[in-house]
Amino acid sequence: MASLTEEIALAHPEATRIRRPPSKGLDGVFRGAAYASAIIVLLVLAGILASIAYGGWPAFREFGPGFITSTSWNIGTEQFGAWVAIVGTLASALIALLIGVPLSLGIAVYLTQLCPGWARKPVAMTIELLAAVPSIIYGMWGLFIFAPLFARFVQVPVSNLVEGLPIVGTLLYARVPSGVGILTAGIILAIMIVPFVASITRDMLDQIPTILRESAYGIGCTTWEVVRHVLVPQASVSIIGAIMLGLGRALGETMAVTFVIGNANRLSASIFDPGSTIASRIANEFNEADGMQLNALMALGCILFVVTFIVLIVARLLVRRVKVA
Amino acid sequence: MSASPAVSAQLSGRSQANANAPVRIAVKNLDFYYGSFHGLKNVNLNFHDRQVTALIGPSGCGKSTLLRTFNRIYSLYPEQRADGEILLDGQNILDPKVDLNELRARVGMVFQKPTPFPMSIYDNVAFGLRLYERLPKADLDLRVEESLRKAALWDEVKDKLKQSGMGLSGGQQQRLCIARTVAQRPEVILFDEPTSALDPISTGRIEELIEQLRDEFTIAIVTHNMQQAARISQFTAFMYLGELVEFGPTTRIFMNPEKRQTQDYITGRFG
Repeated sequence: MASLTEEIALAHPEATRIRRPPSKGLDGVFRGAAYASAIIVLLVLAGILASIAYGGWPAFREFGPGFITSTSWNIGTEQFGAWVAIVGTLASALIALLIGVPLSLGIAVYLTQLCPGWARKPVAMTIELLAAVPSIIYGMWGLFIFAPLFARFVQVPVSNLVEGLPIVGTLLYARVPSGVGILTAGIILAIMIVPFVASITRDMLDQIPTILRESAYGIGCTTWEVVRHVLVPQASVSIIGAIMLGLGRALGETMAVTFVIGNANRLSASIFDPGSTIASRIANEFNEADGMQLNALMALGCILFVVTFIVLIVARLLVRRVKVA
Repeated sequence: MSASPAVSAQLSGRSQANANAPVRIAVKNLDFYYGSFHGLKNVNLNFHDRQVTALIGPSGCGKSTLLRTFNRIYSLYPEQRADGEILLDGQNILDPKVDLNELRARVGMVFQKPTPFPMSIYDNVAFGLRLYERLPKADLDLRVEESLRKAALWDEVKDKLKQSGMGLSGGQQQRLCIARTVAQRPEVILFDEPTSALDPISTGRIEELIEQLRDEFTIAIVTHNMQQAARISQFTAFMYLGELVEFGPTTRIFMNPEKRQTQDYITGRFG
């Protein structure tokens, strides 16, 4: 072994050249900088969480667990409860997923399986452009253009149709058909999450090996069967990840929702009725809030943090379960 | 002097070609285009019933292209098209009126790499069956077992049918794909370099399996491995640059090729 090395060294004198001594100092600085970058992010996150929790503490202490379950939000009597906003947040996000996810899957399947080659780029670009629209534009469009049309062509006819019926008569009845409400917020949120969910799902479907797709067609599957039984299950882990990303965005979206949700502190069984979300409540009131009201808003922020965090954990668990199965 | 000793050794002790077997697939004046590229040039060739026909030739010679016309899998890609006639039991499968899903149940295909579907071992086999036949659970169980036995996989998986097909070894996955194909009771099975991703032991098992399947099915196999072609096929077609150069019983092609190009290829002078 040694003799071989020597022979090589003799044949190639340049190979015996000693490596330039590594500059120890610079390497240390580089390592330090990388560590610091990672730690700074953690510190900032911990700092935000701690300061919000500190700000919200008086409200939690004053109202106890009742802060979460109470439906009152009375600035005059300083009685605050988060339940209406929590329900509004979850309901509007759920509606957004129910509408947005099938739409996104449809777009991704169309783009990867059905779309002729020349149309792929333009269609994909258009959908990605949706993600670039600022949320205030969605809010403005939702309030001034979408809501009046929605009131006239959906809320009024549907309310007339279902009035007096059990369940749907409550769920889909608009007491004041103004166009704004939980469902409107859900629809606008759906439009906002579609580009994210659709783009990620498309990328994942694109990464599936061609021969897997060919073997599914090769046993005589139709396009629907290939997509339903082979491609989507194959990409399921990533699709769940994409959906959770969309959910995270829907839970925290503020501006667009504040415009179209109606900002009412009332618990209604109808999805046509106005409500509010945690984010919209904070956006509406932070400007004039002080004292206990400010503490209550901080506490709301804490709850949103926790809800989002739980969603993340559930997503991780789901992904792990699908991987094992 | 023709084939190398290694290849000649594979030829002894194998079943002989039966040229009197009925023709299952007749390829007539077949041309194939990838966009403007002329991939197959006027190919004429017969595949005999319950015989293994090997397609050999250097990369890019069109052997996979030819195989992919028999179940029209190429039609997933709009820029690819075939002209001419391919008669499967007398019916021209290039006719646009042919039901592709039904055709693909009659002509099964196994690919270069194992492609288990993301479902259980049982469902991988039952999936294709459910597409075409409505069977009571007991019958379905029987058909799944029968197919897994034919693919020489039953003993290894009978206790874990509910587990994912992705958890099997590469060779087992490929046999699972064969079971999936066999389950549909096709007339023809196409193998597109089925062992190129497998180790020698798994390759040996797949080759034995192909020998057994010949009792029931007409088989076409594309292979890069000349010894494999010599071991398992009764007929061999040598292709070069999109043309069929020579076709005949495997023994004759390897021992006594008529064309210079065939001889050069099987003796390893190019390829």
